[in-house]
Amino acid sequence: MSRTRTLRVDRIACTGQGLCAELLPELIDLDEWGYPVLKDTTVPDRLRAHARRAVAACPVLALHTDDDRT
Amino acid sequence: MTTLALTGSPLWYASRAGGTLALLLLTATVVLGIASGGRARPRRIGRFELGVLHRNLSLLTLVFLVVHVVTAVLDPFVHLGWAVSVVPFGASYRPLWLGLGTAGLDLLLAVAVTSALRRRLGVRRWKAVHWLAYAAWPLALFHGVGTGTDTRLPLQLWLYAGCLGTVVAAVWWRLVKAGPGRVAGRLTAAVATTAVPVVLTAFLASGPLQPGWSQRAASTAVLLGGGR
Ligand code: SF4
Repeated sequence: MSRTRTLRVDRIACTGQGLCAELLPELIDLDEWGYPVLKDTTVPDRLRAHARRAVAACPVLALHTDDDRT
Repeated sequence: MTTLALTGSPLWYASRAGGTLALLLLTATVVLGIASGGRARPRRIGRFELGVLHRNLSLLTLVFLVVHVVTAVLDPFVHLGWAVSVVPFGASYRPLWLGLGTAGLDLLLAVAVTSALRRRLGVRRWKAVHWLAYAAWPLALFHGVGTGTDTRLPLQLWLYAGCLGTVVAAVWWRLVKAGPGRVAGRLTAAVATTAVPVVLTAFLASGPLQPGWSQRAASTAVLLGGGR
């Protein structure tokens, strides 16, 4: 597999509701204001489904996954 | 058993049941949507679960709406064509009251489709359409009250009252939590949540709860003829 999936937060759109961190605590921490801090932007294969769910849960569509071909 | 319970074909009952369940589910969906928008912090479940429930119940609403519409169209008594399921106000049976339901369904379909495509549409366009759900809910309520042959049953009235109370309470909770700004939006919500119960009560008292409603709703004798 030469594809990796990476997480990206659109900081302008994000309203810090922290839903993504509830669904993907492995990769997302929250700062003291409730805004997400990505511990690691690369999504390991075993977390793909969880990442997809976190992306779908964001109420303002601020969380994205990008497919990077390397 | 009232006389109402002795009339109508099984399909009509299925349609009534499907419609009532759809209204209950739609009410739950709306309340959950308001709760997520107001950043409710439930203690026992995660906040993301509000969103997941909101989505799943909305899909379930559509399932029951399909049952509701298909059984109503197949019911031999009311003679509805398939067109009434999407084109409002063209029905031969209680055209206005049935048309409200059709209009509500159209709005909900628009909401569902745009939600499925929300990543491609972007937040603004998606949310703009999503607000239509707030219009669909009262349409569904008045459709149920005006079209349903069971509106006079106490249990049915309690169900409607319960749905109305829940949504009004949710909107007021949201208004209390809302910060300053968006004055027009908040005013609209406050006026609407006051007006809908008043109008509904007045409508019930003057329409469906009075004798002869089925004639006035421009139907043939549904209470007497039943489903044959
Ligand atoms: S769910 Fe969306 S809005 Fe909420 S913190 Fe995560 S990225 Fe931001």
